[in-house]
Amino acid sequence: MSDIREVSVDELRHLVSDRALSGETMLLNMGPQHPSTHGVLRLLLELDGEIVVNVVPDIGFLHTGVEKNMESKTYQKAEVMVDRLDYMNTVGNNLVYCLAFEKLAELDVPPRAQAIRVILAEIQRISSHLLWLGTSAMDIGAMSTFLYGMREREMAMDIFELVSGQRMMTTFIRPGGIWRDVPVEFEAAVRGFLKEMPRRIQEYEDLLLTNEIWLDRTKGIGVITQEECLQYSLSGPVLRATGLAHDLRKKQPYMGYDQYDFRIPTRTEGDVFARYRVRVEEMTESLKIIEQALNKLPVGPVKSNNRKYVPPPRAELGVNMEAMIHHFKIWTEGFKPPVGHVYTAAESPRGELGVYMESDGSGKPYRVHYVTPTFANLQAMPIMSRNQYIADLIGVIGSIDIVLGDADR
Amino acid sequence: MGLEQKAGSLGIVTTTLENVINWSRTNSMWPVLFGLACCAIEMMAAQSSHNDFSRFGMELNRASPRQSDLMFVAGRVSRKMAPVVRRLYDQMPAPKWVIAMGDCASCGGLFNNYAVLQGVDEIIPVDVYVSGCPPRPEALIHAVLTLHEKVKKNKLKEWA
Amino acid sequence: MSERLQNVIEKMHSEFEIEVETFRGENTLFVKAADLLNVMQALRDQHEFTQCMDVTAVDYYPAETGRFHVVYQLYSMPHNDRIQVRVRLDGNAPTIESVQGIYPGANWREREVYDLFGIIFNNHPDLRRIVMPQDWVGHPLRKDYPLGYEEVQFTFNFDEIMKNKPHPRD
Repeated sequence: MSDIREVSVDELRHLVSDRALSGETMLLNMGPQHPSTHGVLRLLLELDGEIVVNVVPDIGFLHTGVEKNMESKTYQKAEVMVDRLDYMNTVGNNLVYCLAFEKLAELDVPPRAQAIRVILAEIQRISSHLLWLGTSAMDIGAMSTFLYGMREREMAMDIFELVSGQRMMTTFIRPGGIWRDVPVEFEAAVRGFLKEMPRRIQEYEDLLLTNEIWLDRTKGIGVITQEECLQYSLSGPVLRATGLAHDLRKKQPYMGYDQYDFRIPTRTEGDVFARYRVRVEEMTESLKIIEQALNKLPVGPVKSNNRKYVPPPRAELGVNMEAMIHHFKIWTEGFKPPVGHVYTAAESPRGELGVYMESDGSGKPYRVHYVTPTFANLQAMPIMSRNQYIADLIGVIGSIDIVLGDADR
Repeated sequence: MGLEQKAGSLGIVTTTLENVINWSRTNSMWPVLFGLACCAIEMMAAQSSHNDFSRFGMELNRASPRQSDLMFVAGRVSRKMAPVVRRLYDQMPAPKWVIAMGDCASCGGLFNNYAVLQGVDEIIPVDVYVSGCPPRPEALIHAVLTLHEKVKKNKLKEWA
Repeated sequence: MSERLQNVIEKMHSEFEIEVETFRGENTLFVKAADLLNVMQALRDQHEFTQCMDVTAVDYYPAETGRFHVVYQLYSMPHNDRIQVRVRLDGNAPTIESVQGIYPGANWREREVYDLFGIIFNNHPDLRRIVMPQDWVGHPLRKDYPLGYEEVQFTFNFDEIMKNKPHPRD
């Protein structure tokens, strides 16, 4: 533990306008424990009646010190901590870590592993959007969407459990490929998922798309323009809802995404309704990608052959001396990439997720920094919620799709 | 003996005061809506239709701690959040119980560093610990049933 | 490296004093702290690097000069290019200009670097801690800050650790 120092009021006075200091507007604390803040986010609201004059978000209630902790663990142990950052997109976090490591170490990934990674990442994207739809619709008032969304997530989590044994924090994607080959039932399970989902997405559309209450509560709320988005470095569905078709899967393709045929849904209004439509349409596009990847799934190995970074299969340990030595070195000292630093980015359901990885030649990362989309998106929240009612503020928070583990790290 | 045999069909049971109070406490424990991190997602999954919590009486999550009697500490408790957790616990009226869900709430879990409390039992007393990262909904339901058994063993002498 | 990036780097070389490094297809410009605002302004206005995706820092602890490297990741939306800008800072009282006026998105990121590394950003409108509690002392991500871990409890040291662990009163 460390010492405490006094924080005086003067340090925080610049956050509120003069009207609050004279008592004309009210300061309200929407605290870390609140049903609609999707995690532990504290908002300091300045209210003029019920209209929000200013919002000051206060994050850090979920700060886990992951970046410092990763500096004292080897690369494969540090990867396990990485799932828990953006806990709605666990496969995506592993994926970016492995992409950064593979760039740093110039490691190849066999095509079968790439296709399976794509399938899992897209299933994760769908399951993240389903939870987003469930919770944000529940906040706005449509309570039954939550139960429907969780029902579909169970199907996705069953696939993860089939493949890796864990429902959420799989750590299935490892540097050099994936952990092990998928079982025989994988294809049948994914095809079952693909068959069920379009009908369920249609169910959500029937519930919400032409619902007058939903339209009233989401159209024209929380508008942000494209210039503001670019100035604040927003990305993901928030940016696509303002008209710019920017998706890293198309612009800087990784993992073979350029072989698959899919489009990027965009809208121009930039309000809550536009973001809702963008995400629902993205779910349909993800289904297309999964189907194409599954149809073209190549046969072959699922791990790279580079024994410096990928542990050899156990069958070889009894017969081959080099395999034994590689196994020993990898599991005791960890693998050692060359000295240097890289920045790799991928598209998470919330936006651009990047990793800055710097290595000093030893088995432990020297610095790993996660550039998370929620951190950037939350910065623009005061802009989106100026002069709205408190009830609309809830809708705006839901539509940005925040996950506090992402923001606080 | 004779009275019970005759009056049983009238819908009368005889029991002790202790049993009745413990039974009524277990059958309608309302948790406070308090999810911190990844375990909160599994808590939500345990409450949705696939694994249903309502069949154990936990129909709703109350947003206000003053109207609830159970707190699931679901997720890692960071040092900035610790005073908030303690304040919420203090606001809950007695009788109250705490289930530390997941490895991070039980013992700090994966994160052994400056920013995470090594177990939420450093600040509030815990009744049941559930392990897992995150624990399966079935494990959480097992924890709730264990808590029910613990409550049923409560003695009248201790709190009267 | 694309042609456009090549031109950009040559132009920057001619206008400012920079060093260039290339590693795995990525380009890094080492800039002096005094030139930072001019470099950023030129990159944004003339070369169309519209977004600053990240501001972070790296601590090379035992080194006294050049102990901190502040790293900026820039992305150009119209041309789909990335470039990295690095500034070397010394160990005692590191200060640097804030680029928040040029890239408003760097506001919170600079607050995070201040919070975790202790690097002060001049002309930042709101420099206070963001992820640590407001009354915390120390800058956690520096290499001389301890990890703060608790020792693993085995049977031989069980009682010692239980004595030092805080317990609630009720």
